[in-house]
Amino acid sequence: MNETRNLWRNIDIPLVLAYLVLVIMGWCNIYSAVFDPEIGPTFTFDTRYGRQLIYIGFAVLIAFFVLYTNLKIWTQFAYFYYILCILLLIAVLIVGTEISGAKAWIKIGPLSIQPAEFAKFATCLAFAKYASRPDLNMRLVRNQISASLWFLLPVGLILLEPDAGSALVFTAFIIVLYREGMSGNVLITGVVAITLFILALLMNQYILMGLVAAACCLLVFFNSKTFKNIAMAVGIFLTCCVFIRGVDYAFNRLSSHQKSRINVLLGIDSDLKGAGYNVNQSKIAIGSGGFGGKGFLDGTQTKFNFVPEQSTDFIFCTIGEEWGWAGSTVLLGLFLFVLIRIILLAEKQKNDFGRIYGYGLACILFIHIFVNIGMTIGLLPVIGIPLPFFSYGGSSLWTFTLLLFVFIKMDAQRHASV
Amino acid sequence: MPNRASVFAERSRIVILIFVGVFFIFWIRLFYLQILDSTYKTDAENNAFRKKTQYAGRGLIYDRTGELLVYNEAVYDLMIIPIQAANTDWQHLAELIEIDEAGAIQRYKKARAYSRYAPSIFEKQLSKETYGRLQEHLYMFPGFYVHSRTLRRYPHAVAAHVLGDVGEISEDELGKLEPLGYKSGDYIGKSGLEKFYENELKGQKGVKMIMVDVLNREKGSYKDGAFDSAAVAGENLYTSLHLALQTYAERLMKGRRGSVVAIEPETGEILALVSAPGYDPNLLVGRKRSQNYQVLLNDTVKPLFDRALMAFYPPGSIFKIPQALIALQEGVIKPGTGFVCDRSLVGCHNHPNPLSVPEGIKMSCNPYFYQVFKRILLQGKSDSRFVDSRLGLDAWCEYMSRFGFGQKLDIDLPNVKTGFIPNSAFYDRIYGHNQWAFSTIYSLSIGQGEVGLIPLQMANLAATIANRGHYITPHIVKAIGKARRVPERDTIRHETGIDAAFFETAIRGMYGAVHEENGTARRARIPHIAVCGKTGTSENPHGKDHAVFIAFAPMDDPQIAISVFIENSGFGGTWAAPLGSLLIEKYLTDTITRPELERLLDDALKPVVAKPKPVAPERPRRDSLLTPMPQLRPQLGTKPAFQPQQQTAPQLPTPSPIPAN
Repeated sequence: MNETRNLWRNIDIPLVLAYLVLVIMGWCNIYSAVFDPEIGPTFTFDTRYGRQLIYIGFAVLIAFFVLYTNLKIWTQFAYFYYILCILLLIAVLIVGTEISGAKAWIKIGPLSIQPAEFAKFATCLAFAKYASRPDLNMRLVRNQISASLWFLLPVGLILLEPDAGSALVFTAFIIVLYREGMSGNVLITGVVAITLFILALLMNQYILMGLVAAACCLLVFFNSKTFKNIAMAVGIFLTCCVFIRGVDYAFNRLSSHQKSRINVLLGIDSDLKGAGYNVNQSKIAIGSGGFGGKGFLDGTQTKFNFVPEQSTDFIFCTIGEEWGWAGSTVLLGLFLFVLIRIILLAEKQKNDFGRIYGYGLACILFIHIFVNIGMTIGLLPVIGIPLPFFSYGGSSLWTFTLLLFVFIKMDAQRHASV
Repeated sequence: MPNRASVFAERSRIVILIFVGVFFIFWIRLFYLQILDSTYKTDAENNAFRKKTQYAGRGLIYDRTGELLVYNEAVYDLMIIPIQAANTDWQHLAELIEIDEAGAIQRYKKARAYSRYAPSIFEKQLSKETYGRLQEHLYMFPGFYVHSRTLRRYPHAVAAHVLGDVGEISEDELGKLEPLGYKSGDYIGKSGLEKFYENELKGQKGVKMIMVDVLNREKGSYKDGAFDSAAVAGENLYTSLHLALQTYAERLMKGRRGSVVAIEPETGEILALVSAPGYDPNLLVGRKRSQNYQVLLNDTVKPLFDRALMAFYPPGSIFKIPQALIALQEGVIKPGTGFVCDRSLVGCHNHPNPLSVPEGIKMSCNPYFYQVFKRILLQGKSDSRFVDSRLGLDAWCEYMSRFGFGQKLDIDLPNVKTGFIPNSAFYDRIYGHNQWAFSTIYSLSIGQGEVGLIPLQMANLAATIANRGHYITPHIVKAIGKARRVPERDTIRHETGIDAAFFETAIRGMYGAVHEENGTARRARIPHIAVCGKTGTSENPHGKDHAVFIAFAPMDDPQIAISVFIENSGFGGTWAAPLGSLLIEKYLTDTITRPELERLLDDALKPVVAKPKPVAPERPRRDSLLTPMPQLRPQLGTKPAFQPQQQTAPQLPTPSPIPAN
């Protein structure tokens, strides 16, 4: 009894409340997306909102389970879960069901689970456990690489499905590595690489190389003109040139639907009935929301399946259309609150495990939100990953719940041990 | 070893900064999409709504007794949305709508090639019966739905030329009428009243805002129909046609070529307007329209050609009445003026010498009217007979135009022709200035030669005489719509400027022609009804002469004025007069007391019905050398594409004995 009272006193209530609000908002939007004005308000468990309600019920059970059981069942067995997930990821390649071109699902009776979703949780645990080993100096590049292997292994397996979206999520751990001591240059290099990639597709390669050369000259000009700096500038320039040449080569090796998605995003191609259709419809839905939105259940675009994957990957359209800019702002604010709250709590953790795990959680959530919303508003290519707590689907909801509540439990124990 | 937590603690701020930065970019992007850029809002409307056109029923058309002449029948266009129709049981569907399976699949492919999501017409104008059968099974055919339209129906199958027809709007029409709201696929009046009163008949299309999903499945009306507009049916037309008379006239004209026009003199209302051969208006409706239209168009007897309004004929002896009236008004003869029947001037038939105008009209004496016309033209106003003829002809033309000859009678039907009254400028062009005189153009006196009238003008002449000097613009529609609006033209009165007393003189002659000995129209006599009539024979250079008869009755209270024109039937008194008299009796008494006359007409049909002999090339006539056709045509207005030859150009005077009647 005492412990229970302590638990509820020490638990981070704002985070739990934010979680509940997000889940309820998510459900309402799924209801609205599936709602058919011709049929009217009916409720059955055959519908997506009906099933999502079941998923939410299980998610709440999972949350309680995590809160009322010993945290050690997660921390102690982190490697075990990780190995289990790796096995599942291998299994899915063999016995998985192929849905829209990717072998990502294992069907067990009426349930289909997505191992990649649970792998996010298991990888987060295992990575945190490994990286928090006291004997491991994370400032060393060698150790950063060995820690990276923990998430690169599942990335490799997921890419074999192939499910680029889920694989992309694991780049979240690069931010965690940065927090733990990795050089900031890696992040900068990453951003520069992405920028160059986009520019290489948009403009003439040689003009771009000229611009890079100019940028390198400026770099030398503003720094001390030592031989080392000049050599480095030349090195950067040459690397960039090779990269630019490589982009063309690499781009041509992408599968055609990935290519067309990138083309559409960059405005090279505006095939509105083909690859550009989703994004265009999504933008129409969001754009038509205006300031205050059309009101709950009154969206016209997000009904009637104009936006594909309405209740899963494009759920944000419903908010944009029915709740307008005001509603979108509230949702963005809520997500940002959750992210910052997790980072701040992570910094307060007494042990490295808790902190690394917290950062992992925040960064996984961040990547999901970033890619998902970025896609619906036409800033990123169409990559099918869910919006945390919002999108329809059991696997993702349970994974996010598990991820979040393990952290909440950790945080609660920090107080308890004081 | 320093606590790792504190070493890079400041990096938490950078991570948070990244989060905030990304969210800020998203937030601004959303502001742009949702607040600044309005294009997405209009796109959304186009996306989710389908403006479904509700077609308005065209106005109905009634006759003067309240009989329905034209009504609408619902038909159903079967629409297809190809994306939803992929799994159709084509054989079953084809059976239901009575087409072949291969054709059905081909239509599906065609529709799919056009658009997989947008609806296309799969089969036009299914009948009610087919639709009824299909409807029970429609649930088995996702992707198909039915769109209701209306087609015209004619319960009595008469007056095809007057009523006109309706068809799908053509590319050309669409180019002109698109600003007025016409869309491709709309129906529009193509001829007759349907065309003339298109604006009144068409009604107003409505719009129904239907929400549709991405597969074009209808999801109910938007905001419970707040933005819908109902279709407004077109206005009804209440015409002056007399169904029984029209039907009877068509029956009598069946197998003949020509026309009948009947007018109520007092009001100018047209009671019957027949062009024979006609056709069943139900032929030009619906799916078979274009096919039937081609058949009718290629028919050698030109059933589509509205002879009553478009065919030019020399009026023949009926022209003697306006000649007499003009001469009386000009004071060049008196009612009691007599002339000898001098057949050396112009041919005639055996009859006593006419001693007065009525006798001249009654016996239709050609030399008499030769003299009358001569007096009109040569009034001694100039010493030169050329100049004198010119002055006389110009004055004569002025009178003729007041009868509506050579003028467009402003009837409420499209494509009405003017007829042709030759004036001095016309003869100058043929013969040269002052190179012609009365002697050149004397055949005008008896309605032959260059003069051409349309049958409507002939009937209008009868109405003008019945009115003793004026006519009201002939018209078909008496009232429009619920408010029974009367079109302005229906009350316009045209004066001839000739004294009513002179008309009485002419009427005495017309009465005599029917009711007295030596009258040429005695076959038109009806017991107990005072009929005033005049027969005529219209010379036809291509074959047997045409017969004309105009009349009105009763003499003192005219109810009906009529013109009957029968092509290639010889002397006017023989067939046209009895036919006209039957129509008059039918209209005035609603009975036929002389069935033997009917029989006579029916029996006469055999030779008439026989195809006219192939037209012999025109033999050069003695005095036709100066009239090459191409020179003449421009004065005659546009020539309809299928105008029979006899309407082409005025003929030149014929010297041979002219049959007078």
